[in-house]
Amino acid sequence: MKELKFSPTQATEYATRHDVLFYALTALVVLFTVLVGVAVLYLMIKYRASNKNVDRTKRIHHHLGIEIAWTVIPTILALIIFFWGLLLFKEVKTPDKDSSDIYVIGKQWMWQFQHPNGIRENNELHVPVGRPVKITMISQDVIHSLYIPQFRVQFYTLPGRYTSMHFTPNVVGKFNIFCSMHCGADHSKMGGYIHVLSPSDYTKWLENGGNRFSKNSESMIKSGLKTFAKNGCSNCHGGADTYRAPSLHGLIGRKRKMNDGRVVIADEAYIRESILTPYNNVVEGYEQIMPVYDLSEGEVLELVEYIKSLSRAPSMFEENEKVYKNTRNHVKNISNSGEINLEMRVDSGVSQSSVQQVQHVSEQN
Amino acid sequence: MSKTLDKKHPNNSHQEEVNYITVDYTMKSWFITKDHKRIGMLYLATVLVFFFVGSVAAGFVRFELTSPTGQILESETFNRMFTAHGVVMIFFFLLIAIPAVLGNFFLPLMLGARDLAFPKLNLLSYYLYLGGGLFGVVALVSGGVDTGWTFYTPLSSMYSNSQVVLTITAAFITGFSSIATAVNFIVTIHKMRAPGLTWFRLPLFVWAHYATSIIILLGTPVVAITLALVAVERLFHIGVFSPEYGGDPVLFQHMFWFYSHPAVYIMILPAMGVVSEIIACFARNRVFGYEFIAASSLAIGGLGFLVWGHHMFASGESYFQAAFFSLMTSLVAIPSAIKVFNWAATLYKGMIYLTTPMAYAIGFLGLFVIGGLTGLYCSNLGVDVHLTGTYFIVAHFHYVMVGGTIMALLAGIHFWWPKMTGRMYPEIWGKIGMLVIFSGFHMTFMPQFILGFLGMPRRYHYYHFAPEFQAYNVFSTAGAGVLAIGFMIPVVYLLLSLKHGAKAPANPWNAKGLEWEKTDRVPITHNFREIPVVTEEAYNYSIDDEPPIEAKYTKFGAVMEEKS
Repeated sequence: MKELKFSPTQATEYATRHDVLFYALTALVVLFTVLVGVAVLYLMIKYRASNKNVDRTKRIHHHLGIEIAWTVIPTILALIIFFWGLLLFKEVKTPDKDSSDIYVIGKQWMWQFQHPNGIRENNELHVPVGRPVKITMISQDVIHSLYIPQFRVQFYTLPGRYTSMHFTPNVVGKFNIFCSMHCGADHSKMGGYIHVLSPSDYTKWLENGGNRFSKNSESMIKSGLKTFAKNGCSNCHGGADTYRAPSLHGLIGRKRKMNDGRVVIADEAYIRESILTPYNNVVEGYEQIMPVYDLSEGEVLELVEYIKSLSRAPSMFEENEKVYKNTRNHVKNISNSGEINLEMRVDSGVSQSSVQQVQHVSEQN
Repeated sequence: MSKTLDKKHPNNSHQEEVNYITVDYTMKSWFITKDHKRIGMLYLATVLVFFFVGSVAAGFVRFELTSPTGQILESETFNRMFTAHGVVMIFFFLLIAIPAVLGNFFLPLMLGARDLAFPKLNLLSYYLYLGGGLFGVVALVSGGVDTGWTFYTPLSSMYSNSQVVLTITAAFITGFSSIATAVNFIVTIHKMRAPGLTWFRLPLFVWAHYATSIIILLGTPVVAITLALVAVERLFHIGVFSPEYGGDPVLFQHMFWFYSHPAVYIMILPAMGVVSEIIACFARNRVFGYEFIAASSLAIGGLGFLVWGHHMFASGESYFQAAFFSLMTSLVAIPSAIKVFNWAATLYKGMIYLTTPMAYAIGFLGLFVIGGLTGLYCSNLGVDVHLTGTYFIVAHFHYVMVGGTIMALLAGIHFWWPKMTGRMYPEIWGKIGMLVIFSGFHMTFMPQFILGFLGMPRRYHYYHFAPEFQAYNVFSTAGAGVLAIGFMIPVVYLLLSLKHGAKAPANPWNAKGLEWEKTDRVPITHNFREIPVVTEEAYNYSIDDEPPIEAKYTKFGAVMEEKS
């Protein structure tokens, strides 16, 4: 047995802020428990029946002032605690803009992690320290819940719907991954480790291809592009809107008006739903002619990553010249150092998909 | 507290008494009885059997967890054990225990009624409960369930390879038993109060059961429908909750918790009613802030229906939805706090006798305060995203439901045992039992708060990847052993008291209330020889009241001196 631990490691800045609230709450709870405990014990002893030398006259059974006081004071405290928690929750629900994506498929009883550069891992996840990570996840069967106690976050992994979570690890180390939602016979087997690596170790890890199965993994965008082509998606969804289908360029994050009047913001979940149940989301001005495709969650994730990549490049060119320059430099580095680096995203500050777009554009030029 | 129409006190006859027990000894007379008191006793015997079954399952779970790799069970069996523990304890014990045993027995007595409004419905509700329980036992014996008592979809509706439908049927049937009891209580409280017993003269026990019955009536049909839909999806593949068939997996959780969160208040409100009675009696004082305690029961009942979403903060609910549920949950803590403060204030200038029921009631305060306050963590959006689904939650709800409900149930049984059976139990053993249970309880569940904070997910069978969990698990299991011994103590002496216990006087505590002052030593079948007329408010105690029975008269075989 190891020595006793009273609190888990704080491996993100958020974990530290979380614990401040946790300990503040604990102080409040202990204070109230002691207050009530001492009051009850004191009264029990003072007014014990055998103690006759105590004033029991002028008993009171109603006191509006006291009732109001002990209603209002706890209410104020409860509200303070509530708003404090709300602020933390906002933080935990709002990913950084420049997070790198990691996709997760949960299934009975393992976690499959998919990096956009194509590296897949089972029950192990490698991330660099100090970089925000956004996880988009889906389950293939029952509900799971991805839980990393040292980061103080967990979110359900649902079948049929994407959920997400994010974190920025700031401590190098190996931490537990749990499934915190009972998911069947081997629920307790559904865990693993997240390895937070220093930047240099992470580079090395990437250079080794990340996993032991294949050195040259194909990026998710490439796989997505293949699936896109194989299923004939490009027959209708081209570079511009046609009478048959809207273009998918610049789709992500845009408001879409449906022909039933709804306005939907196109996110990962929207793209997934539009692929799997196209009849539910027909954009205004179009007919429902898209067939239903039978794709695995893994293929859908690759398609999502591909379609997302179609959105990044144009906005980058139009709006952010700085990123553009970085990208040009990055492309230069890439062309100097061979194929494998093309799949890498080390500290470039630019997502790998944009790199591909840039390359695409420069080829056209 | 009140005057009967004739001045002759009914407790003076010392011939062979005729009361609800001695009126007929045949088995048949028990099993087709319409007497609310006998039905209450049937419920008591039955819930104790289920409590035993649930405890054995818990024992297996705790034993397994002493080793990071499990002890003797397969994971599949372990899952069936914790599910059996949850299902049996919640559906067949906690939801039933106080209302159906103490409520059934004492509501009519406190109201000055001859029985509940619908005695046959009352008997039917017992048999529905028994039938549901038998279905549960069959499900257990024929393989058990492995989904957890929460039956989350699509695990329960599509993937689980166990007796889901049978178990759901069991819970479904038991639900109707609760509904029948609730209707009975509501009608009885409205229509059958004794002359002069106005709403604000009602004992708080009655108010608590009134609020509880309303929750049961509004909530239980929802969970019945929800569970039925799970069965429909499982049997006929009609898509409701499974995305494979176009359903929504989280929808189940919303529907389930819409009932099952208020269900927590079904378990705790009657407990609060019991404690109000006992503290007033042994402090020889009127309950402080009567109206506030009564109103807070109703407030808990109302607000309790608006908090269910706090079980799904990590499910991807929207920011505003989560904020609403978190706010409502923070507010539902307030009425509970008000009750605790009012109970404490009742002790002020009291004449306090620390009898066994009082010891349990104070123990209830100790556990419920911790259970209630740790609910603040779970209501809090920021903190809950870390703690939900861990042992912190397990510890929290055991403090509320075991600490709260079982302590109050034991308090109530010890308080009313003389009235229910006509026998006393030895005071000294009562207090020893209480102390063992109280300390065993803390030993079992305090370490689980730390386990949860460390991140141990609930329902894990092994944890060799996080060896720091072991020390706490071993400690917790040791505590469960103490707790088990603690529960055996009252069972043993209460059973022995049936034969050897000292004969209890009609009002051994010199308590106020129709059930103590206006009935025989053991009530007759129709409760009152004359319908009492109430002229005073509840808990009209004064410091000059006679003290409770002395401890020496509670020993086995003790004989009380004759009073003139």
